[in-house]
Formats: sequence, C-alpha cells, structure tokens
Amino acid sequence: MIAFFEFFVRFLPDMLKGAGITILLTAEGLSAGFVLGLLASLARVYGNKFIRGLAVSYIELFRGTPLLMQLFIIYYGLPGLGITFSREWCAFLALGLNSGAYQAEYLRGSLIAIGDGQMMAGRSIGMSRAKTIWYVILPQALRLAIPAWSNEPVSLLKSTAVVFLIAVPELMAKAKSIAAQTYDPIGTYIAVALVYLAMVYLLDAFLRWVERASRIPGFEMEGKKA
Amino acid sequence: MTNPILETRNLTKIYGQNVIFKDINLKVNEGETIVIIGPSGTGKSTLLRCINLLTSNNGGQVFLDEKEITAKGHNEDEVRQQIGMVFQNFLLFNHLTALDNVMIGLTKVKKMPKDKAKEKAMEELNRVGLADRADHYPGQLSGGQQQRVAIARALAMDPRVMLFDEPTSALDPELIGEVLGVMAKLAKDRMTMLVVTHEMGFAREVADRIVFMEKGSIVEEGSPDDLFYHPKHDRTREFLWKITELYGKKEKEKGAKE
Repeated sequence: MIAFFEFFVRFLPDMLKGAGITILLTAEGLSAGFVLGLLASLARVYGNKFIRGLAVSYIELFRGTPLLMQLFIIYYGLPGLGITFSREWCAFLALGLNSGAYQAEYLRGSLIAIGDGQMMAGRSIGMSRAKTIWYVILPQALRLAIPAWSNEPVSLLKSTAVVFLIAVPELMAKAKSIAAQTYDPIGTYIAVALVYLAMVYLLDAFLRWVERASRIPGFEMEGKKA
Repeated sequence: MTNPILETRNLTKIYGQNVIFKDINLKVNEGETIVIIGPSGTGKSTLLRCINLLTSNNGGQVFLDEKEITAKGHNEDEVRQQIGMVFQNFLLFNHLTALDNVMIGLTKVKKMPKDKAKEKAMEELNRVGLADRADHYPGQLSGGQQQRVAIARALAMDPRVMLFDEPTSALDPELIGEVLGVMAKLAKDRMTMLVVTHEMGFAREVADRIVFMEKGSIVEEGSPDDLFYHPKHDRTREFLWKITELYGKKEKEKGAKE
C-alpha cells in the first residue's frame, strides 16, 4: 500500500501533465461538439428537407461508426487525399465531430419537448421564427437538456483515451510510457484510473452545480418538485 | 357605418380531404366584441389561427384595416404584432417572469428601450390586476393568473384586434371568473375582440354579436338577444339550450355576472 502510494506520488506530476491534455481535449471536443450539435439539432428539427437530410447524415455517420475509426480516417486516411493535420488537430477534429453527433441528439430531444406551443406563442406576438428559437425555445431547451446531456462531458473525457493511438501525449499515453518505464503495468493503470476517477468526480460535481444554478422556479421536472 | 377593422372573405381551410371550414365571411368593427360559439371540431380555433396567419388558408382573404394580410409577400410578423392572441393553454414563456413575458415583445420585436418597455409592461400587468406578481415565474402562478399575464403580453403590443381561443377552457371553475372579468373590462374599454368560448354567460353579457358556427360554416349571427331568444335556426336553439343547461349550473354557482 505504502509502495503504491510512493509510486503514485512519484509519477503524479507526469500523470497530471497528461491529465491536463486530457482535460484540454475534452474541453475542446465538447465546445466544438456543442456548436456542431446545436446547429445539427436545430437543422434537424426546424430545417427544410435538404438541411434536415444533411443534419441526419452527419449525425448518423458519426454515431454509427467507432470513434477510433473516425480518428484513423482523419489521421491516416485524409493525408492520402492531400489533407494533413497535426496529431492534436486530428484528435480535436475527431472528438469534436463525434461529440457533436451525440450532443445533437440530446438537444433534439429537448427541442421537441419544448414543443410547437412555445413557437406559436412567440410568433403570436410578432417574433420571427429565428427570434423565437433564440429567445424562447433555446433558453428552455438547453436547461431541459442538461440532465441527459451531462453524460456527454463524462463520456467524452474517457473517450479521449483513444487518441494515445496517434501519440497525443494525454493521460493514457502517459500511462503507457510509465508502465513501460517501471515494468509495473498493474500499479500504473490503477494509479491512472484513480486520476480519471477524480476528474470525472469533479466534472460531475460541476455539472450538478450548473443544473441547480440554471433551474427555473416553478419549472422543475415532473415528479421531482423540490 | 364605419369600415370593419377585420374582415374575412370566403376564408377556407382544408386538411387533406377534410374541410375544416369553408367560405367564412366575418366582419369585425372597431370596438366590437364578437363571440364565436359552436360545437367542438367546427373549426373555430383554426379560424382564429388562419386570421392571424399562424395557419395557412386554402382560399379566401383576410383584411386588417382594409389591407389584405393574406396577400403574397405581406409581412406576417408585422401582422401578428397588430393581432393579439390568447391561447387556451396560456403558452407563457416558462423561463421568464411575468414581467419579462410581457416585456419580451416590446424589447425584441418593437425594439423599445428597456426602461420604457418595463414601464409599459407594468402598466399592462396592472391592467390585468397582477402588478404584484411581476417577479413570479409562470410555474409559480395559478392558471387564472397565467392567463391574465398572457392577456397582458398580447395587450402590450398595442394590437388592433385581440383573438381569444377558448381562454377559460383549461381553467378550474373558480378561476374562470377572474379571466372573464379582465376580458369584460377590455370590452368595456372598447378593445376590438374576437372570442371563441363556451361561456354563455360571458357571450350574453359582453358580446355585441354572437356568431354560431357548425360543421365549418356560420349558421347564424346576431345580437345576444336575437340568438338566445329568437334564433332563426333550430340548430342554434338546440345548441344553446344544450350548452346553457350544461354550463348554466356552474355559472349560477360562481355568480354569473362579472
């Protein structure tokens, strides 16, 4: 136990360096995915046939194939077409595109839940469709989406581990190199798992705080009245 | 006789094979309160939605201040600023306080400065007797209060005409009175109103004219006295008799007159 503790402390700086990159990748992927997901969900719910088709294709393509495959196509496949990105960019693109497809579906669910009634009410006082979406539908839909959407940051944080396969020096890559260096794969992976757990725990706490802070008085979820 | 504020000419709505209403001709003069009655499913609500262009029509025209608003290229959003609408299920913006519900049209559509918008919104809330609930969210208000905020929200836009689509149908009996009271006050202030309702007490007391609709057409229209006491059609008599019996008891209980 003490040996493990010493091991943990010894490699903590190294692991934290990796964790920093993991967090950065998560934040970038989540942000890019949010913008993409928001656009795709709006396109899917409110777009015309053509726009809707585009959104559905994007969502199905990236939800229907493994993240690892998407990463490899971007990293190994695109250069064949003369398009080359750095490793970090490839990781960012794959994570952002993949997360966007999932976030689009979370948001679509709550856009539909807000319903036509609010749209009609907005239109009835002379607001345009776009204004009603922006000022009326989205502020409610985003709040409504938070509990389900909260899965995404946690899931994405763990998904970032795959990018060690294209040698981005995030936490999983650090684990690999520490394990090779110490010949102690079990100890290493347990230590790294603890770091992942700690990150997820903090992230969860933050998300719960966001959920509470954005609550509308009298507008709690059914059956969950405080 | 002055020209009507609102007029429909041969307005028709068809869903697929289903004729919702056909060739509706309706004239609403300035300051008039017209109540539309009739059995469920006769297209009364759809008619209101066709009038403020929330639903497209399949023929006919709608005129507001003698301008055809159903004409191609007419700005729908501008039309709806001039035609207020109150819905059966209130449809307040749930993420906004009562005050912000009333203000949002002023700031985002009319581009009014915030302080002026707030002043105007408070005036309207005062008019429906809810100035003291300005900071409450819809979820914290009773159904009757929510509907009064919805009326204030529509009034804030200074509409030429107000449409009411069964404004009390979703309310508990003891809350109906407060909403009808606000509406009766509006009618007295000569607001032009087109009201779909099953509240016969309100129709009899407040309406200048009652329009009886059935199966997608206007069967009969006239003053409350004409319709209640000298209906020309048997169907009108039958409907009024049935609905008065059904609702009469309830109205007596809550003291009928507002």
